[in-house]
Amino acid sequence: MSTVERMKMEADIVCVGFGPATAGFLTTLTRALLKEDGSPAFESKVMPGMPLQIMCYERADDIGFGVSGVVTKGAFIKASFPDKDLTKEIPNAVAASDEKVAYLFDYLGVSQRDTGTKFVDAVFKGGRFFMGKCPEAAELPWIPPFLRKEGGIVMSIGSFISWVGAELMSSGLVQIWPGTPVSEPVFEGDKVVGVRLVDQGVDLQGNPDPATFMPGMDVHAPLVVVGDGPVGSVGRKLDDHFGLPEGNHQHDWAVGMKAVIELPESCTLKPGTVIHTLGYPEQEIFGFMYVYPDRTASLGIFVPSWFDSPVRTTYTYLQHWMQHPYIWRHIEGGRLRSWGAKSLQESGVRGEPYLTGDGYVRIGEGSGTTNVLTNSGVDEAWHSGVLLAEGVIDLLQRGETFTKANLDATYVRRRREDKLNADLQKAKRARDGFQDGFFKGMMGTGMTGMTNGAMNVSSQSRPPSQRIKTLLETFAGRISEEDLAAAVAQCAKDKQPLHDTLMVLAGWPEIKMDGELLMSHQDVLFKGGKVQAAGGFANHVTFAHPEICRTCKERTCIEICSAQAIMPGEEGEPPEFDREKCIHCGACVWSCSKALPKDPEKSNVLFGAGSGGLHSNEN
Amino acid sequence: MCSLALVPADYTQMKINQMENKTMEGLQIVVCGTLVPDPLQTLEPVTTPTGPGLKNETMLPSVLDPWAAHSLYEAANLAKKVPGSKVYLVSLGPKAKLQQLMMTVAQKVPFELVAIDGTAGGFTDAMEVAKTLATAIEAIPGLDKTRLLVFGGCASASRDAGVTMQLIGEQLGITDQFVGVDEISMSDDGSFSVLERIEGGQYLASTCAGAPAVLAWATGSLPEPPNNPQVGMANMRFVMPALQKAQPAAVGVGGINFEKSEVPAQKRATRIVKDVSADVIAAEIVEWIKG
Repeated sequence: MSTVERMKMEADIVCVGFGPATAGFLTTLTRALLKEDGSPAFESKVMPGMPLQIMCYERADDIGFGVSGVVTKGAFIKASFPDKDLTKEIPNAVAASDEKVAYLFDYLGVSQRDTGTKFVDAVFKGGRFFMGKCPEAAELPWIPPFLRKEGGIVMSIGSFISWVGAELMSSGLVQIWPGTPVSEPVFEGDKVVGVRLVDQGVDLQGNPDPATFMPGMDVHAPLVVVGDGPVGSVGRKLDDHFGLPEGNHQHDWAVGMKAVIELPESCTLKPGTVIHTLGYPEQEIFGFMYVYPDRTASLGIFVPSWFDSPVRTTYTYLQHWMQHPYIWRHIEGGRLRSWGAKSLQESGVRGEPYLTGDGYVRIGEGSGTTNVLTNSGVDEAWHSGVLLAEGVIDLLQRGETFTKANLDATYVRRRREDKLNADLQKAKRARDGFQDGFFKGMMGTGMTGMTNGAMNVSSQSRPPSQRIKTLLETFAGRISEEDLAAAVAQCAKDKQPLHDTLMVLAGWPEIKMDGELLMSHQDVLFKGGKVQAAGGFANHVTFAHPEICRTCKERTCIEICSAQAIMPGEEGEPPEFDREKCIHCGACVWSCSKALPKDPEKSNVLFGAGSGGLHSNEN
Repeated sequence: MCSLALVPADYTQMKINQMENKTMEGLQIVVCGTLVPDPLQTLEPVTTPTGPGLKNETMLPSVLDPWAAHSLYEAANLAKKVPGSKVYLVSLGPKAKLQQLMMTVAQKVPFELVAIDGTAGGFTDAMEVAKTLATAIEAIPGLDKTRLLVFGGCASASRDAGVTMQLIGEQLGITDQFVGVDEISMSDDGSFSVLERIEGGQYLASTCAGAPAVLAWATGSLPEPPNNPQVGMANMRFVMPALQKAQPAAVGVGGINFEKSEVPAQKRATRIVKDVSADVIAAEIVEWIKG
């Protein structure tokens, strides 16, 4: 494809991805682009006589699609809007109020619990009489300060991003183009000179259709701002090119799967209520419920990369979690309105890539801004964008170019000197203990949190591919070897994932679908996520070495797939990918149990830039 | 689209509009179309202080009304074939939502936007909408009715009165009107032939001596164009000024009462199958409906 003649366009700044980080960047930058008399403060280098030409390309079909409900302290975001009450500006946002952390008991007795967790179970069961009364759970009588969100905001990131986007576009100073996936950075040596948009009018393998082929345009710009998230195509290709700084790794991940539910009239939870859960449906899986105004709530679970089972279908676990008596009492009789999922890069600052290079800069979650102690990412991502904008304004005012040295002296220096970095450094080792299981992880997080990062639990970090257990190990003592082999064979024959079958064999009850709250995986895709994809794009999920897939027994990519877009193919063949169902969560990348032969840090799943996905901004 | 294939037999030839033949100049194709809530969203009618509406309407993602979108793509295709032609998109909708919608629509085909700030919720009177749109069309600088084709959808995904395009024509004094159009073919002399859907899966084929005319489109035959960043950039030169100039329109603010509104009941059991014949799928759906 390198010989294809491509159209070329020039801009001054091109941004990749419109999430919280880019929104923070553009919000801050655009405020400096006009003088008091309304004339442009800076002249375009690429279009002399014109104001700065600033483009932002977003993969999703509209801005605000495919992101999720959060509770955030929002201190950085609020600081960007000192004159506004965000809970009044952002649709459906509300001040966080009643916070609860609940330890859910395994009321069915079917989850896998190790000795440490059984000890925690006993402690909470013994202590529950001193805690809040609730069914099959114990509410912590006290929430550690580092986990509290008091003074924060409960909001839908979809609504937030839509709101910020509308504000930005009405300024006329920046153009945000949705439905435009960016394939890769354009390099000249180690310098990034622009980005290349994805090819359109191609078949699933990327071969041009002569009638409709439109090669992805090259958009050249002196500065490329990469804010395309943890599995973004441009960020990943930069990491492929430059590697990660010595000592950094991106081993820790989670997939967050969330739904927006219309609560039943009987629900008494007040808007602003924040509930976090742990302990169920598996000891590794955490849950949350945030109550919006107007009797709606965002709720969901996180399945982390240190959950070593290869059988890890998040959607089924979400349904079991929703049915836990502690949650079900609030939502029974409600209705699912929306649904979605995304990967979270949970290595935090330890996963930080090279933040700058000649012509490019990284911001947001993909740049390692997530605070893994406070479980906060949106506010931090936003702030990294703000810090970059301050640096860029500095360079523009001085007429300097966007070299690595200049970006380091402005943006990186600001980032290193900021509270953001101080907090990230304190949180750096907060999750280390989870490498050795739930119990040690909780101890480690508590220790890091209570000592402000001075004391931490140590462990050996491994990439996820090196820790996923075999099926036999996972179900030892719960499913006989013969039954397991028979179930695996039957699922392969039926071209079905293993998860639901094996969970039932292991004792989990079947989900009784009601079509309102509990529905089939396919129904939640289309009723909840409104998933769709325009034709004419290539598959964005492929396998680096299909021969490895042929021998893979775990096929975790199928089991983790949030959308059943990766399914078993013909027996003995690699899994099949259906791009029309993919919601671009990227969980397949880090859930693959097979590392690349030449690079144990990378998995056999290749995740490129694709079009389509979720069409809901309610999440 | 297969069910909409051309039916060659049993159509009526009509010759209308006996204008004298002339050499064709560039056309002015004005497309009337605005946003509707993305039909895939959870749509729930509610009563608001200002009348019927949809729950969380301000939050709902929008798309260009599908029928109007087809007419826009057909307009762009026609403009490409007739040198000197220009496409205008006249949109009546909430300004902020129009702005967001344009970031998608503007990437599709070249057009110049004429924006009017008002409700697009569907709970409006077709006549007041038609009057508003006709007034905006009349105000387009350099409008030449001898070159004017007014395009739009024959229906709307928002609330389907089915008469808005005809009423616009009436307001503009255009009597040549075609409804349920799937195809237009221009001749060099400016006359054109049109295929309109009629009952029984057939088409009415008409010829018209030339502009002005109103064409309310069914689906046409063109696929949705890919997003083209260059087209988007070119359109943006007009989009932002048009939005800044958008005048408020008094539509949907009274004078009409809606007694009741509801969305059709849904029964859903999604299953994705590929490589299965249409007959097998149809038989299965029939069984499923029978319960």
